Amino acid sequence: MARLNTPMTTGITLDITEKRYPAEAGHRAVTALKGLRAHIGPNEFCVLFGPSGCGKSTLLNIIAGIDRSFLGSVRFDGDPRIGYVFQAPRLLPWRTVRQNLELVLRCGRDPADLDDLLAEVGLADAAQFYPSRLSGGMARRAGLARAFAIEPDLLLLDEPFISLDAAASARLRALMLRLVATRPATVVFVTHDAAEAVMLADRILLLSPAPGRVLAEMPIPLPRGQRADPDTIGALAAELTHLTQQAVSN
Amino acid sequence: MTRFSAAVAGRAVSLLLLLAIWEAAARLVHSRLFPGAGEILWALFDETIHGELLHHLSATLLRVAIAFAGAMVAGTAIGIAMGLVRALDTLFDSWIVLFLNLPALVIAVLLYVWLGLTDAAAITAVALSKFPTVVVTLREGTRALDRDLAGMAESFHLGAWRTLRHVILPQLSPYLLVAARSGLALIWKIVLVVELLGRPDGIGYEIQVFFQLFDITRLIAYALAFVAVVLAIEWCILLPLERRLLRWRG
Repeated sequence: MARLNTPMTTGITLDITEKRYPAEAGHRAVTALKGLRAHIGPNEFCVLFGPSGCGKSTLLNIIAGIDRSFLGSVRFDGDPRIGYVFQAPRLLPWRTVRQNLELVLRCGRDPADLDDLLAEVGLADAAQFYPSRLSGGMARRAGLARAFAIEPDLLLLDEPFISLDAAASARLRALMLRLVATRPATVVFVTHDAAEAVMLADRILLLSPAPGRVLAEMPIPLPRGQRADPDTIGALAAELTHLTQQAVSN
Repeated sequence: MTRFSAAVAGRAVSLLLLLAIWEAAARLVHSRLFPGAGEILWALFDETIHGELLHHLSATLLRVAIAFAGAMVAGTAIGIAMGLVRALDTLFDSWIVLFLNLPALVIAVLLYVWLGLTDAAAITAVALSKFPTVVVTLREGTRALDRDLAGMAESFHLGAWRTLRHVILPQLSPYLLVAARSGLALIWKIVLVVELLGRPDGIGYEIQVFFQLFDITRLIAYALAFVAVVLAIEWCILLPLERRLLRWRG
């Protein structure tokens, strides 16, 4: 399928009536999401913000089409290509970095295109490594590159920079923003880190503790990439935390 | 000298030492029933050139090959199915346990009675005695499949074939190798018994003939030829295959 030079990004309309995990050996049944409604616009950078266990990852899996056992609907404008960056990088350990990227390429795409992408994420020299030889940061960059390798219309990121030191996660955030700037896509980014949320988002959706639904939303009017000032970020993060407390107590 | 060729040299020396001890013992005992190493090697050479060794060896190897392939294919398919579907596991588990504990000799006798003294009965008996271990091994491998990688494959739309080839098979290959190697070790031993019981050719049949003639030299020569082929398969096919498949573990 031929691609236009300007990728068509996609909007998403979410209407999740209920998502339940049935009882399994040793675990009680859990309702992960209930009455979750939201619209995410084309090209929007939307952050899903909420406490651990509020169903954020479940929601991403539903959007990605991995999880189909839920009540409700997910509608896209068009038929988006979805790039998914997981919390653990989920690289195939028996394939090299390059092979991991080649595997997800659509038929007809030139694998040589990957060289630019690998260079961009700083893995040109590690392209022939097996993932066991990568550091945590390198593995995450490989996971990021894989999601961009398919030229996604919709990018899903599930706490992708967690458990890295502050400097490394800041570098990865900057890298991700550069990649999104050159290849526009709708982004759904999951985090429970308030500072990270306000640094990245066009709009933050606040999710409740399980069963998850949208409690409130907070638009961030600053342009992306102009949020280096720690005071501004601190103030916005405090506002987000305050909003969260307010929403939970209501 | 590389580590590999050093290991080969070490093995060669150890083998020569065994031959020397054998030869010395035979000279000491000096009996027709305890032939020396030289005599046996000569018989092996003579039987290969002028005797029927190749005919019987190929008959046995053909049975081994068919029984091995049948047991591997059927055992893999059923093992994977039992690993995936709990109902099948519940249904077949006790059958498998029963088969695991049924002595190969009993299977062979029963099949010879039911199917007559035919090759079909012989090969089925050998395959059936290996089959349950393949099932159990592959069931284990299937249960250990990584769900995260399955989710990755699905979200990137790898499709059935690429998922099988790049995601599933690499995870099952250690289990397949274990099943193949332990299976071969088992089949070699059983096939001779089955031939001895009810076939007019093959190494097992010849061993019975030489036993009745008290021709210990030829008996050992035939057994040696068989062992040599087994080791060749182990060293020239299975070991290099294992090294290749598990390269990524580095």
